[in-house]
Amino acid sequence: MRFEKFAAVVAALAGVALAAGTPAPAQTIKIGLINSNTGFLAQAGDLMDKGISLYIKTHEKELPPGVKVELIRRDDAAAPEVGKRVAQELITRDHVQFLLGIVGSPIAAAVAPLTAEAKIPLVITNAAGVAIPRISPYVARVSFTLWQQAYPLGKWAAQKGWKKAYTAVSDFIPGHDAEGAFTKAFTDAGGQIVGAVRFPTTNPDFVPFVQRVKDASPDALFIFVPAQGQATAMMKAIKDIKLREAGITVLSTQDLVPEEELPNMGDTPVDLITSGIYSVAGQRPANAAFLAAWNAEYGDRAIPDFLSADGWDGAAAVLDVIKQTKGKFDGDQAMAILKGWKHESPRGPIMIDPDTRDIIQNVYMRRTQMKDGKLANVEFDTIPNVKDPWKELNPPK
Amino acid sequence: MTEIFAAVISIAFHGLALAMVLYLISVGLSVTMGLMGFINLAHGVFAMVGGYAMTTLMSRAGVPFPLALAAGVAVAVVVSLILERLLYRRLYGGDELDQVLLTMGLVFMSVAAANYIWGPVSQPMLLPPLLSGHLDLGFREFPSYRSFLIVAGAILVTVLWLGLERTRFGAQIRAAVDNLRMAQSVGINTSRLFTLSFALGSGLAALGGGLGADIIPIDPNYALANLVYFLIVVSVGGLGSIRGPFVAALLLGTADTAFKYLVPELGAFFIYALTMAVLLWRPRGLFGLSR
Repeated sequence: MRFEKFAAVVAALAGVALAAGTPAPAQTIKIGLINSNTGFLAQAGDLMDKGISLYIKTHEKELPPGVKVELIRRDDAAAPEVGKRVAQELITRDHVQFLLGIVGSPIAAAVAPLTAEAKIPLVITNAAGVAIPRISPYVARVSFTLWQQAYPLGKWAAQKGWKKAYTAVSDFIPGHDAEGAFTKAFTDAGGQIVGAVRFPTTNPDFVPFVQRVKDASPDALFIFVPAQGQATAMMKAIKDIKLREAGITVLSTQDLVPEEELPNMGDTPVDLITSGIYSVAGQRPANAAFLAAWNAEYGDRAIPDFLSADGWDGAAAVLDVIKQTKGKFDGDQAMAILKGWKHESPRGPIMIDPDTRDIIQNVYMRRTQMKDGKLANVEFDTIPNVKDPWKELNPPK
Repeated sequence: MTEIFAAVISIAFHGLALAMVLYLISVGLSVTMGLMGFINLAHGVFAMVGGYAMTTLMSRAGVPFPLALAAGVAVAVVVSLILERLLYRRLYGGDELDQVLLTMGLVFMSVAAANYIWGPVSQPMLLPPLLSGHLDLGFREFPSYRSFLIVAGAILVTVLWLGLERTRFGAQIRAAVDNLRMAQSVGINTSRLFTLSFALGSGLAALGGGLGADIIPIDPNYALANLVYFLIVVSVGGLGSIRGPFVAALLLGTADTAFKYLVPELGAFFIYALTMAVLLWRPRGLFGLSR
């Protein structure tokens, strides 16, 4: 009896000695990146991934000693069922502590309920559907909503004296949001929407739709298409049908003139007015630093756009949480830090609204112009600290 | 009233350009499916290969448009010959589902390969300055490139028809499509015929893919995303026919464009309704051979 007790005490002391002697074990925080690597959003997914990876690569050294991050990438193929499945696998099999990413709003809407169940925070770096942060208290968004950009644009258009507008949008959540926002702002200010058309998301040829708009002779046309090859196809249709020569002003969000597609558009977009949250031509120190890091890493193999800048900021949010908690946090602690999180982004000053967990940021009015022989979206007006108008107009019940 | 008429002209014009592209790509599929009885769902891959080769040469090496187009066709022909010898040959006369499986596998491989080599961004198609801009015909202006497509398409279609009607090779193809056994008994080397017509079909597809890169953008999902269009043209037109897919492509191109204009909410659905109607009326396609 006495010997067992003696042995137990020796074992315990040895254990304590060993534990005190060895260094603190390295901790790896797993982040699940859900992205669209295939499917109709693949181009956007690629640029978003580059922005996220670049931030982690250049800022890893700022993490507390012994803390590392591991990015686990999964493809949602732009399909909600697939996105939900990979999110489940990331949470239950890979034991991620953070979910990051998501290009498409339908996928984000499918993944969001899982975050509430598992209490895993999701930082959205693109998906813009207005109601998504309301689905779960563990969702925070750093990117934007279409209402943030299209609503001020609608007001601006009405102020310019245009009375009749036509809307043409892609038939999925962001398109509906953009259409709703522009319509509300424009009609509230006294304008009239003379026609609205929605086209299939994978539509390759916009000529018939643009012809229809030309026949209706509005003062302005508001367009939303996802920022990729479709933007160029839409520009071609506008050029072929000679829409602007017929006196119709084309307005859109930044998605019509994403920087990676501008080289394919010739000079058609010159003098186009868009509203947006990020332009490569934006003049601020955080943007200069971002572009310098981008060029060092990717050179001219890839052109950054708002997706990359949002990815960059999303990674910054996650890394800030890790830094502040020294790598030890649960879902609630992470969300507490994310609510009210402020950052100097390449886009300007941004903050995550503590009430809605959505982004508050500057919205810029830009004109597409030739700068040094290349097209650039030059910011000429700033609407500061825009909260998502849809949430303000539709408070939760 | 004249405005609506003008709009209809514009729509018909754009639809015609699309129809030419679809025809060029799909005619090869009609011949090989009718001739070899081989379900080649990977046909779009050759159009894509031609498109990628052409756009890469144009943007990276500054090769002029006609030369790059010809190079694209050549590359697709070589690829098709290799694939025919190594893979397709083994399943001639075989179970149709095996053929479907093989060719679908090829499609997915092409998607992944294109994604790996060129990335998910669609390839930039910079038109030669001569062909961009507008053509002023007095009463109306037409976009130059689409006009070029219609004219080039018409010339190619005529050359194809003449080739099939007037040359010995064309006669051999027609004979083999009509009755393979009889053609073999008469001494036609059907094995070589298969290889050559497969190469021809793939070359035409590459030509269509390259010429049409402005309307149907070249991206990794090309072969998969446009498969349904090619299959509709071939099934509505009739397998093994040259005229059939032309009529079908015309119907498809103009109707698709027109209905997207007239009824945009349902526009994209219309071509499927049309396909179902035609196939219920004529299951073998408009010009398909009843065996």
